[in-house]
Amino acid sequence: MFNLTLSELSQALSQGQFSSLELTQALLERIKRLDSQYNSFITLSEEQALLQAKAADASRAAGHATPLTGLPVAHKDLFCTQGIRTSCGSRMLDNFVSPYNATLVERLNQAGMVTLGKTNMDEFAMGSSNESSYYGPARNPWDSQRVPGGSSGGSAAAVAARLVPAATGSDTGGSIRQPAALCGITGLKPTYGRISRYGMIAYASSFDQAGPMTRSAEDAALLLQAMAGEDPLDSTCAVHPVPDYRASLNNSLSGLRIGLPKEYFAEGTDPEILQRVREAVAEFEKMGAQVKEVSLPNTQLSIPAYYILAPAEASSNLSRFDGVRYGHRCAAPKDLEDLYKRTREEGFGTEVKRRIMVGTYALSEGFYDAYYRKAQQIRRLIQQDFVRVLQDVDVIMAPVTPCAAFPLGEKNSDPVSMYMEDVFTLSLNLAGLPGMSIPCGFSGHLPVGLQLIGNYFDEARLLNIAHQYQQVTDWHQHTPANLSED
Amino acid sequence: MEWEVVIGLEIHVQLATQTKIFSGASTAFGAEPNTQACAVDLALPGTLPVFNENALRMAIMFGLAIDAEIGKRSVFERKNYFYPDLPKGYQTTQLAEPIVGTGHVDIQLEDGSSRRVRIHHAHLEEDAGKSLHEDFHGMSGIDLNRAGTPLVEIVSEPDMRSAKEAAAYARKIHAIVTTLGICDGNMAEGSMRCDCNVSIRPKGQEALGTRTELKNINSFRFIERAIETEVARQIDLIEDGGRVVQETRLYDPDRNETRSMRSKEEANDYRYFPCPDLLPVIIDDAYIETIREQLPELPDARRQRFIDQYSLSDYDAGVLASERAQADYFEEVVTLTGDAKLSANWITGELARFLNQADLSISASPVSAQQLAGLIQRIQDDTITGKIGKNVFELLWNEGGTADSIIEAKGLKQVNDSGAIEAAIDQVIAQCTPQVDQYIAAEPDKRGKMLGFFMGQVMKLTQGKANPGQVQGLLKQKLDQLC
Repeated sequence: MFNLTLSELSQALSQGQFSSLELTQALLERIKRLDSQYNSFITLSEEQALLQAKAADASRAAGHATPLTGLPVAHKDLFCTQGIRTSCGSRMLDNFVSPYNATLVERLNQAGMVTLGKTNMDEFAMGSSNESSYYGPARNPWDSQRVPGGSSGGSAAAVAARLVPAATGSDTGGSIRQPAALCGITGLKPTYGRISRYGMIAYASSFDQAGPMTRSAEDAALLLQAMAGEDPLDSTCAVHPVPDYRASLNNSLSGLRIGLPKEYFAEGTDPEILQRVREAVAEFEKMGAQVKEVSLPNTQLSIPAYYILAPAEASSNLSRFDGVRYGHRCAAPKDLEDLYKRTREEGFGTEVKRRIMVGTYALSEGFYDAYYRKAQQIRRLIQQDFVRVLQDVDVIMAPVTPCAAFPLGEKNSDPVSMYMEDVFTLSLNLAGLPGMSIPCGFSGHLPVGLQLIGNYFDEARLLNIAHQYQQVTDWHQHTPANLSED
Repeated sequence: MEWEVVIGLEIHVQLATQTKIFSGASTAFGAEPNTQACAVDLALPGTLPVFNENALRMAIMFGLAIDAEIGKRSVFERKNYFYPDLPKGYQTTQLAEPIVGTGHVDIQLEDGSSRRVRIHHAHLEEDAGKSLHEDFHGMSGIDLNRAGTPLVEIVSEPDMRSAKEAAAYARKIHAIVTTLGICDGNMAEGSMRCDCNVSIRPKGQEALGTRTELKNINSFRFIERAIETEVARQIDLIEDGGRVVQETRLYDPDRNETRSMRSKEEANDYRYFPCPDLLPVIIDDAYIETIREQLPELPDARRQRFIDQYSLSDYDAGVLASERAQADYFEEVVTLTGDAKLSANWITGELARFLNQADLSISASPVSAQQLAGLIQRIQDDTITGKIGKNVFELLWNEGGTADSIIEAKGLKQVNDSGAIEAAIDQVIAQCTPQVDQYIAAEPDKRGKMLGFFMGQVMKLTQGKANPGQVQGLLKQKLDQLC
């Protein structure tokens, strides 16, 4: 049952092979038995999960089942869940229980899904290795001495370790696609505004986007269907029709125009990874796709632009954590200033403080034009690059990461080399475009991801492309060698 | 040296929306602390703002009323600073692209002239909560009911030259926003608050002096007094060889003094940047025109109409038109009585005096426009005298009812019976022989003035109920017969 995808589980439940309650109990038991190896969960919501599973079974018996009814899911610990702790991977919110559900959580609850728990993540989604989590790093199921990627590292590890068939993630600079690539699963970052941000604890508001993390493109389509769509509680959520994502999964790829940006195939990337990506592209050619080289000339500027703009927004977004209303509060503050300083000193970890400092500096009087405004101009240039290229091609293909999963601790003390991890992913967030990571082979014993970049609101096409690839390859079905099979 | 005072005002007007500017919580005043603060107002993690379109409409109404350019594109920005009653750690406001651009209002000065005050811009923003410094076991309390209440901040140019002009400007803004119905105008509840930027310079000098900012003044009288006090302080300071420091000061009405709150050096760097949670607000001409068509008659236009249509004095017209409820009340009374001057006198006189004493606004007046009109009609048709009318008014105010029922119950009806009046006159003439003799002895052209004494005696004898016109005529007739 652990190796079944969401779609297969959905079918098994509807055929009565087992109940949602049995599935839920089995997975909870598996998580409790195995997660000490992966540290992929921060909080298990056993009690609520069993109630949801019983309700799902009852609703199925009453004939009200949706395709998602009774299916288990785990939420990245930045989605607010009513009655279940939402820590955001931070000491600051270690004691925070949200009184409301994020829109995304509410929608999946309404669809009948069962929340098993909350997954580990870099603190406030700031990191690419999960090492900035207050709860310790999640570990890569393919090699427990290596990182699962970040910031949605717990979600990726839990799905890869078959602890849960699907999880939610969020992607501000690559936080769905990079851990998906490093853990060998399928991850989709939709167009900015495709899924409501209400109830998703903000890191960088103009970049943050939720998305599904699954074991197949078909599952990603199934989940996205329930997650996407406008929300009166989020003004930046798009008012744009939501197509039937599964209906177009089997469209032919004959004549598909693929662009390979030369800047993404330059030196500095693991040659094995470039080779796997080229092999994947060759698979698409066999299916009738045409390939051409394209150029995204401002790619090199994306890291500096992102690391000005995202921290600037973060420095303001994280001001609300002041010890006054909720979350961590320092003991016995002398006065107001002492309350602020010690609460934030104790509540935030190093990387979060670093980004608050960088962002505060970039917005300061006298520096705004040189940093924030300039970075916004670069953001527009990068967006224009993509818009131009996507007039000539249907999809851009590229690596997700410059290297496969790296050892724990390797980059933790060197923030700039950690930031370089995002070199292929964060341009999309600057442009607001949708992107996917799907498994396309291995570098040694470690999974490699293929990145698909599409046009605005063209998720259906990305899912179609990914699904067709997964029909002719089995990379997405590989499991870590030492995975417990019972 | 002769000094010139230079004043600019920043007025915060709370908009009369039902719900907050970025959340669905109620804006009603006076609820138990924190009962009108929802997840968004508390800045719970993950919450997002959604802009209230009614606040936009109200801001545009104000912009149209001051003849301003309306921003077709306006942008909310974050003003970042830490304060316990600011839950998000930033205030959502507008800076570079406000909803209302440059405009102006005209104020009437005491000498009858008028002065134009230019308005630099007006922008939308959210109000903060309140810190409660009562005793909470050595801590402060926070009440977030007010957090997120929509405000329009109206920023004037430094165009005012005296405390009186500043107060007149504030009154004019008050008249406009209450007439538009976009603010309840209740200054005691903080619906309109004023920051005054004050500086002085030697008369004739072009360059502005260093200014101080007087924060959060919530009455017209205090605006005037605070500025006068601050101007005196600045003059004393400079004439003693000191210099004014740019700083924020607080006006203490109890001691009538201003005190330093913080200097420019201590000021925050607010790190403004566009709020990524809110889209730019884009509107077109059609949207603006629809709002323009729904604008009510504005105070200046109404004042002019009162002068033209009702032949009121400039002063009466200005007072009556300064508040929409008062102007409406006046027009309702006039419609029933048909006598504008008499109606205006009662409203600006007796009614205003009672309202002032009771600290009530006209919309809360215990005497309605119909009740007052009923009273005035009885004066018009000589049922009662004006003097008795004041007694009837007091009874209406205290006990309610109608003028007719009070006149009937208390027997206040005017005596028009000439027989009864003649009898009273005869009695007075008989009792006041010395005064009658003086009257007879006086030069004929001095006698008119002496009539007042006999009038008073007759009215006293008839308990004020005799028709004064009749009394005067008959008195003169009878006394002159004696001469």
